[in-house]
Amino acid sequence: MSDSRIRMGVLGWLRGRLRNIAPFVTLIVLVAFFWAASDSFATLGNLENILTQISVTGIIAVGLTFVILCAEIDLSVASIANATGIVVAFFTAQDASVTIANLPLAGWAAIIIALAACFALGAVNAFGLTVIGIPSFIMTLAMLQIGAGVSALLVRGQIAYSVPPLILTLGSRSLGPVPWIVIVAAVFLLAGHIILTYTRFGRYVYMTGGNREAAEYSGVNVRAILSAVMVISAVCSGVAGMLGVAYFGSAQQNEFDTYLLDSISAVVVGGTSLFGGQGGIGNTVIGLFVLGVLNNGLDHINIDSFLKILIRGLILLLALIINVYAQRMRTVTAA
Amino acid sequence: MSGPTQPEPLKLSGITKSFGGVTALHAVDFALAAGEIHGLVGENGAGKSTLMKIIAGVHADYQGEMRLDGHPVHFASPRDARSKGIGMVHQELSVVPDLSVAENVHLGAQPVQRLGLIDWRTMRRSAAAHLANLGIDVDPNARMGDLSLGLQQLVEVARVLFSGARIIILDEPTSALAPPEIERLFGLLRRLRDAGKSIIFISHFLDDVLTVCDRVTVFRNGQAVATETCARIDKRWIIDRMIGTGHQELEESYLADIPLHSRPGAKVVLQVDGLSRTGAYSDVSMSMRSGEVLGIYGFLGSGQLELARTLFGVMRAHRGSIVLDGRVARFSSTSRARRAGMAFLPESRRKMLFGTEPVFKNVTISILNRINRLWLRPAVERRIAEGHAKNLHIRPPGVAHTLGTLSGGNQQKVALAKWLTHLPRVLILNEPTRGMDVGAKDDVVKIVRGLREQGIAILVVSTEPETVLSLADRILVMKKGRVVREFTDEPVSKDRLLDVA
Repeated sequence: MSDSRIRMGVLGWLRGRLRNIAPFVTLIVLVAFFWAASDSFATLGNLENILTQISVTGIIAVGLTFVILCAEIDLSVASIANATGIVVAFFTAQDASVTIANLPLAGWAAIIIALAACFALGAVNAFGLTVIGIPSFIMTLAMLQIGAGVSALLVRGQIAYSVPPLILTLGSRSLGPVPWIVIVAAVFLLAGHIILTYTRFGRYVYMTGGNREAAEYSGVNVRAILSAVMVISAVCSGVAGMLGVAYFGSAQQNEFDTYLLDSISAVVVGGTSLFGGQGGIGNTVIGLFVLGVLNNGLDHINIDSFLKILIRGLILLLALIINVYAQRMRTVTAA
Repeated sequence: MSGPTQPEPLKLSGITKSFGGVTALHAVDFALAAGEIHGLVGENGAGKSTLMKIIAGVHADYQGEMRLDGHPVHFASPRDARSKGIGMVHQELSVVPDLSVAENVHLGAQPVQRLGLIDWRTMRRSAAAHLANLGIDVDPNARMGDLSLGLQQLVEVARVLFSGARIIILDEPTSALAPPEIERLFGLLRRLRDAGKSIIFISHFLDDVLTVCDRVTVFRNGQAVATETCARIDKRWIIDRMIGTGHQELEESYLADIPLHSRPGAKVVLQVDGLSRTGAYSDVSMSMRSGEVLGIYGFLGSGQLELARTLFGVMRAHRGSIVLDGRVARFSSTSRARRAGMAFLPESRRKMLFGTEPVFKNVTISILNRINRLWLRPAVERRIAEGHAKNLHIRPPGVAHTLGTLSGGNQQKVALAKWLTHLPRVLILNEPTRGMDVGAKDDVVKIVRGLREQGIAILVVSTEPETVLSLADRILVMKKGRVVREFTDEPVSKDRLLDVA
């Protein structure tokens, strides 16, 4: 009797934490698998590879975590990253071989203009969502296209290579053995975690996502919170875009396309609830590692590289199932 | 009404229905004649809706017998009931606003050509003919959402008829309609009656019932206590049956005079002048004083709920002014209203609480800006919440428990605790005692009295007369969006409230 009750208690505890446990177990299983399957996977050098590979996604995912915690979505992150990366290159002096009619400015000016650009795009998202009342799914879909349009108009099919020195350093140089881009991603993740966990704004984000109506009736300015998260998401994307351009060594159309799926996957695989209010940066970090290890590990074993695309899709589907299931468990436990 | 050779279209005998030990209907007999409009009246919870849900096939497990044209039936589902000719028009209309009138009339039964394509021409033509037949003057091509609520309702009745209903149930059809629209609805109902249809008319508005119905059945405490021809009775007669002559206690609770004591000398905290919102309420003026509980009573849909929400910045008024502490207030968000000193408790806990968060976060969400500037201080939050848990006897007392694990009554206390740390200037309570047992109601009354002593201006909004009577010092009665009567410094009874509303 008491034994079964204890077992029920343990099971209940596990069920309630399914969204935190499942991604962690997934990560351990993946690491163990690739460790056993490949000699080249578990090396210090490869750890650095994985960290570098997930850094751009990581910076985008910080902002996206805020958005998804509010039970909204931002489909324009990769597009805004691309546009911002192109804007910063557009205002930087390019090599003579580049025939873009650009406007070279001082490095700091280019960076400020680029930050202002992503802030403005995020503000448009916020305006559409909270003032006009367009669902974020559709609003940011439109912004995805607008960002692509800005990118296209600026580079006109060309490729720019130069970015301001600060961006070049942060995006492609290292501090000792550690790439700067990894440090920036870590700082963003840490800042995101601190804001969400220890500030009033963070609490409002969770409450707005947990029960929007209750937040409204508690006197929380829900529209202001939603506006803020859309802008945060856009600015994180913009920073990721600038560093990404330095990391890739070029600024061109469509170079961030895969980052939309990757960043949403990282947040959702990590276990942040698609219904809002539960999860956080800790989950996103785990999600980033799951994706990073998976992408990197598949390169270390002999596998059809076309099959990789399908595997990533299946992993995302599995994560979505767990996400929805965890929500239901949680609801049952709380009721 | 009908001879033995012609059985009633609908006859119910000995219907009993209980929900988990609570008896909602007790041995109810009810008969509906062909070609009559039959009114159904009674207080909230008297059993009207339960009976209608049985007739409409929503509740399939009940005791007793239902006969349709003399044949015993037992509906397994609403679909089953519909197929046998029972049509229901709910208070919340089930029209599709983005479709045309013709499409709404044909909803679920569009005419199709070969290949399964919708035959638009036939649809428009038959809808036009059907509407003309019923004397409803509306363009079949108009978008449903562009019509007035009254017209939408007529189209909904047309749809129910079109799907083959012979017996039509209307639930509170007049609550949201303007007088000319009500006349138009009544005209349609009378034409249908004369064509031999049977109509059940559920309403709180006794005047409307007496105007349009041929007979009326009164419900009280799960029983059908009286059925009478409307021509022979008046409003007084109905109210007497609703409150139950002979049941001395009940009668007392209805007729007992409760003295009201306003505080005319106290400082006016909130002044509302000519406040109007199209479709919700119009030209509402009132003042709230420090240390006084103002009650607003009205039936569902009388506009009092929207008025309360406006005062907390959830929705906006189209005209008129709100003055708080002598300054004109424009609450563009609930956050502004809260900071100005307004507090609001909505009618359901779900709208107020965060089920998956711990108790203390629920308590402090409305006062976070006063606890800290930027960084959260969970230790302070816990201390505040623990204080409330102790004073309000919240069980279990631990404030780290997930809110969803608490019982309903304790959740209600948590909801109230949100506004008790820093006292607001104005506290708006919407249906504060709905669904509570007697003990919990007493607790609420005590808490509200305590807050009044501390000088808060309190507004109690309810559709239950008992709630308003047990709490208020002054009472406004709203009807169809307007304040129709104010009770100040005079004895008032439940009976009189019902009479006015």
